[in-house]
Amino acid sequence: MRRYRALAATLASVPITLFGLILITFLIGRVVPIDPVLAIVGDRAPQDVVARTRLELGLDRPLPEQFIRYVGQLAQGDFGRSVMTSNRVSTDIARFFPATLELATAALLVAVLLGVPLGVYAAVRQGSWVDTVIRVVCLSGYSVPIFVLALLALLVFYATLQWAPGPGRQSVMFDGMVEQRTGLLLVDAALAGEWEAFRDAVKQITLPALVLGLSNMAYIARMTRAFMLESLQGEFVVTAKAKGLSAATVIWRHAFSNILVRLLTVIVLTYAGLLEGAVLTETIFSWPGLGQYLTGSLLNADMNAVLGATLVVGLTYVVLNLLSDLMYRVLDPRVR
Amino acid sequence: MTLNRRTLIGAVGAGPLLSFAARSALAETPRDVIVMARQIDDIVSLDPQEAFEFSANELVGNAYDRLILPDLKDPTDIKGDLAESWITSADGLTTTFKMAQGRKFASGNPVTAEDAAFTLQRAVILNKSPAFIINQFGFTKDNVSERIRATDERTLVLTVAEKGSPSFLLYCLSALVGCIVDKKTVMAKAAGDDMGNAWLKAGNSAGSGPFQLRQWRASENVTMEPNPNHPSPPKLRRLIILHRPDTSAQLLGLQRGDIDIARTLAPDQLATLGEDPAYSLLTAPKSYVNFLALNQNHPVLSKPQVRQAFKWAIDYQGIAASITPKTYEPHQAFLPKGFPGALTDLPFKKDTAKAKALLAEAGLPNGFEVTLDHYTNAPFADVAQAIQANLAEAGIKATLIAGEQRQVITKTRARQHQVAMGIWGSDYMDPHSNAETFNINTDNSEAQKNRTLAWRSTWKDDEFTTRAIEALKEPDAARRVALYERLQRDHQERSPFVIISQQVEVAAMKKATTGLDLALLGDRTRYAGLTKA
Repeated sequence: MRRYRALAATLASVPITLFGLILITFLIGRVVPIDPVLAIVGDRAPQDVVARTRLELGLDRPLPEQFIRYVGQLAQGDFGRSVMTSNRVSTDIARFFPATLELATAALLVAVLLGVPLGVYAAVRQGSWVDTVIRVVCLSGYSVPIFVLALLALLVFYATLQWAPGPGRQSVMFDGMVEQRTGLLLVDAALAGEWEAFRDAVKQITLPALVLGLSNMAYIARMTRAFMLESLQGEFVVTAKAKGLSAATVIWRHAFSNILVRLLTVIVLTYAGLLEGAVLTETIFSWPGLGQYLTGSLLNADMNAVLGATLVVGLTYVVLNLLSDLMYRVLDPRVR
Repeated sequence: MTLNRRTLIGAVGAGPLLSFAARSALAETPRDVIVMARQIDDIVSLDPQEAFEFSANELVGNAYDRLILPDLKDPTDIKGDLAESWITSADGLTTTFKMAQGRKFASGNPVTAEDAAFTLQRAVILNKSPAFIINQFGFTKDNVSERIRATDERTLVLTVAEKGSPSFLLYCLSALVGCIVDKKTVMAKAAGDDMGNAWLKAGNSAGSGPFQLRQWRASENVTMEPNPNHPSPPKLRRLIILHRPDTSAQLLGLQRGDIDIARTLAPDQLATLGEDPAYSLLTAPKSYVNFLALNQNHPVLSKPQVRQAFKWAIDYQGIAASITPKTYEPHQAFLPKGFPGALTDLPFKKDTAKAKALLAEAGLPNGFEVTLDHYTNAPFADVAQAIQANLAEAGIKATLIAGEQRQVITKTRARQHQVAMGIWGSDYMDPHSNAETFNINTDNSEAQKNRTLAWRSTWKDDEFTTRAIEALKEPDAARRVALYERLQRDHQERSPFVIISQQVEVAAMKKATTGLDLALLGDRTRYAGLTKA
């Protein structure tokens, strides 16, 4: 019964968190020193056009009234229209978010597939030169700014070695070839049987996913190593070794299983960070994702777009946090 | 099984490395497709009666024609485009245009006077940002159907509210807002009373220009295709404009062959390409001038000697040579080079001693402190730093306040700045476009509707306002040019604006690509001649 009460409390916190997010983002949007009307009518518009637009947007109303109107719109599923793209914000999010989701998922795969084994290996060989190399690599991956990594990757793999295609989610020759169903280009191309376009999409995503993945791999490897070092000191590991179990069984079945819960939390939060949109990576690789959309909207004072995108990012965080919480309960017998 | 180096490398390294090892089979772009890279996330609308941003102007300008166009080499020579002739009545109020025969829209519909009347009425009725260019002739929603009308298929009659310079009306009609749309096509797509605005805004076109818009994906790309009904349709099959905000990505794309034209490279990147015979650099001055505005609500900045001191303290040549080589050149008049009557001489140069003497004369021998707002993007942050150093030598301690472009504009529109750096591009080819904003301020109060740069700088000098209006109304073209020349000279001496430089656009192209025609006004840049050998 206590278990369900805890779960209900977690679920109840979701709408409160989202409401707080909407309120704070809304207030920030209204106090930033940029006139949102400028984004719509431009710098040259006469003052009567500016004043009329301000009235149309309801910006002359008191802040609480503006907020209530906005929440009322949201309740009807209406995020409003973006000034920057002229589209409904929901349409834009449906276009930009899948691009980020695709890139984030690919990057996470790279980060986990490389980071976890490296972290485990470094912990098992603690103090050896291999451990030192892995730690240095991780430290570099963690401390080198991602835009430097991205530009270097483009210079080496795109411009010099010519192994990878240039920036963009799709080569221009394939643009518009794949009918959008899910918004995930790889999935849509596969569903449509457009294998040339699919191969092109794989090539396009490889470099940004590796750059983003390697940067996050450093964090996952460091955390894995730290968790494993602690786990390998445990008495249950000494017992397992004393029982004569193989090294692989001791490492993976006993030590690694014990860190799985904490590691999953790290991975889920990394994924949430990636889904927020990697602004610099998206900019350098001209990846039309949520990060670029959000940044562009913010700089243009396109507040409907900023609020809509922030809400999606917040919702993603909340859902993934919830997921991590639930997994915690499932995987850790002490919490059950 | 033990975990060793071999299995580790095998497990985690093979997949990504193998996928990378396969060479990408990307070829160079096809010969009949040209790929251009630039930043296009400023596009808000592609409706000619609404578009008012840098990228949109250029794209729309290639998809539509106007009634008339000033010659870019000699702007005083106004040529017919969709109109073959025009005549102004003796009272100067009515202008009658005779439409050229045989011109067609991309839809195949003939271009008629009815389309022209509809277009100009549409600009007034929609009343979007650029509508003031047309509205300033006294057109309103209530009178537009009487004052702008087609009397037959080939005759368009415009009646303005008061007599002015005939060339002023023509120059304004040559602005992007005067691009003629296909009434039948647009009205077929109208939703409610929007006169097809939502449809055109979203990346469709209904013009008679050499290209037609096929697709606009915000912050991604724009695709254009030739208009087969144009008298001389482009030779390309497709023109793709890619959004590439990062200049390094543009450069790499050009070098790799994925991009044919890079439009917004940094000066150092242009210098590198300039030495490589595989590329050509196309250069043209733009109508944008970079300036400092000294707010006259500041007690010190309103002293004439202080305004002069700023002008003598700055190292114009040094800034152009070291910070903005190729992309900005020194310019000191409010009319950009290329406009009728623009002054191109440079009366000011860095003279710190003179600046100090002027400050002493103003009763400020020890200088003073001031804030300077500037944009954070390149090259403005570096230019602001250089100016800060120049001013410091003269004794003016400027504290820099960096902000995003719209943030600085918001502040200057509210007249909350002390000194602000800005950039201004002309809306249309007439000198009045800049003369108005840099001079006219008829009401210095918050009630003022026309918030010109003069108003934003709290500068109200009735003499300059009157002279700018007189120049606007002068019917004789040569006398008009002379009035603007004198106005600029006095503006340089007395105004609170320090004009620093004029933008120069440089497009980097692969040698095989030719035919791009860069123009002073973005909406006159032409893609029609683009080809690839």
